Amino acid sequence: MLSIVRQRNSLMFRPRSYMALAITPKPPVVDWLGEIDAQLERSESFFAGQHVALDLSAVNLSPAAIAELVVNLEERNIRVLGIEGIDPAKWQAGLPPILRGGRANGTSQPSGGIARATPAAAAAVTDPQKHQPASLMIRDPVRSGQSIVFTDGDVTVLGSVGSGAEIIAGGSIHIYGALRGRARAGATGNTSARIFCHRVEAELLAIDSCYITADDIEDRLRCQPAQAWLEDGTMQISAMN
Amino acid sequence: MPARSGMARGRHDANFGDELRQRKVVTMAQVLVVTSGKGGVGKTTSTASLGAALARDGAKVAVIDFDVGLRNLDLVLGAERRVVFDLINVINGVAKLSQALIRDKRLETLYLLPASQTRDKDALSEEGVAKVIEELRTKFDWIICDSPAGIERGAMLAMRYADAAIIVTNPEVSSVRDSDRIIGLLDSKTRKAERGERVEKHVLITRYNSVRAARGEMLSINDVLEILSTPLLGIIPESQEVLRASNVGSPVTLNNPLSAPARAYFDAARRLKGESVPMVVPSEGRGIFNKLFARKAA
Repeated sequence: MLSIVRQRNSLMFRPRSYMALAITPKPPVVDWLGEIDAQLERSESFFAGQHVALDLSAVNLSPAAIAELVVNLEERNIRVLGIEGIDPAKWQAGLPPILRGGRANGTSQPSGGIARATPAAAAAVTDPQKHQPASLMIRDPVRSGQSIVFTDGDVTVLGSVGSGAEIIAGGSIHIYGALRGRARAGATGNTSARIFCHRVEAELLAIDSCYITADDIEDRLRCQPAQAWLEDGTMQISAMN
Repeated sequence: MPARSGMARGRHDANFGDELRQRKVVTMAQVLVVTSGKGGVGKTTSTASLGAALARDGAKVAVIDFDVGLRNLDLVLGAERRVVFDLINVINGVAKLSQALIRDKRLETLYLLPASQTRDKDALSEEGVAKVIEELRTKFDWIICDSPAGIERGAMLAMRYADAAIIVTNPEVSSVRDSDRIIGLLDSKTRKAERGERVEKHVLITRYNSVRAARGEMLSINDVLEILSTPLLGIIPESQEVLRASNVGSPVTLNNPLSAPARAYFDAARRLKGESVPMVVPSEGRGIFNKLFARKAA
């Protein structure tokens, strides 16, 4: 799953994920628009600069009605990034694109067989309304074969990350034990993400789309506290003392 | 459960006395899984040796071979000529548990539930295994599940209902990494883990060779424990005695109880029972000579 490019290509495609505010119209739509107006009256800039996804799963609208709703929202300065929850047959040219594969804010996305919902992760999921800094805390060692994927922010591991285990984070990765497996920070395109570990014996370190393998880590750094970051598109690694 | 088996033809000695049957709920049976991920590290040897060590003190011990299709525990215990029914027969209802259990000839409180050699791991069902283990819990103090290598169905079902796990590890990187993987599975795929409880975990280091360790040809005990961050149950030295015992169908703890590996297994068994036994790093044979030699070699 690592789409790794080390040299600069003339054309680069990268998957990116963004936070979007999903709004869900409820029938009757006219009343719902009234509620939006009331919200805007209370807080004029509520939707300013927000990516908005229009979730139409609660209403049954014709293509023309959808187009009208989008126009109505635009009049209120709400720019719709995409539509979800409609039958693709109802989509027509001119409407915002259909979005797929969205998920609620704050969830950690498991992969590779075993995922562990730690209490910290569970807490982040329960209340998406409350804007908490997105981070995932793993209190136990991450064992070989386990994969922790958290694209919403930083991952902190209090124990070690075993050989054959991997951590994938949208933000930075902090490991207070030994890093013997793989760590991929900034996985959603965040080039300022960093990897910190108490003892670097990593199999692979990656930030955004740059990576180095164990062979690229200097011997003098091995088994030392270290950090890795990106500078001009190349991976830097230094001891932390 | 009926105590008499229609198939018991004298040689097949698995009838429980009343005393065994009345044990129900009075004792807290411990279900152990002996596992490793990697093959050939000494799971079966350790199952047999620890089972015999625990049974020698009078505890009632059942060892179960989960390696369906590649059974070995019967050979190591010298019971291969007395196998009539097996685990799969019990799960399928073909035989009763009392018919399939084989009593050890040397220790009357040690029983073996053999695996089937003609079937494969798909024949194991989760409900079937649960039922067998629940029944064994009412009759034994210790139930030791000998896991097959790997992380597939057989291994997953062997650990599924365990209260505690013994992770058998050789002091080398491939074995340690596999053990790390297994520990991760013990913490996520067992019934205890799914209920939010913890499976107690112990690392048993086998095939430890003090001379090679001193030369740096093996991982040190500290390295292994640091990587696995799991408490140590014992260190079993590499020894010809282990192989010799297996070849005559007897656990080393019975075949040569005074040998270095046997003593290490007895210590490990006492630690399992909660006793505090000081850990010694074994140096096999002529101790002081070996130590001098090792130091020179390093």
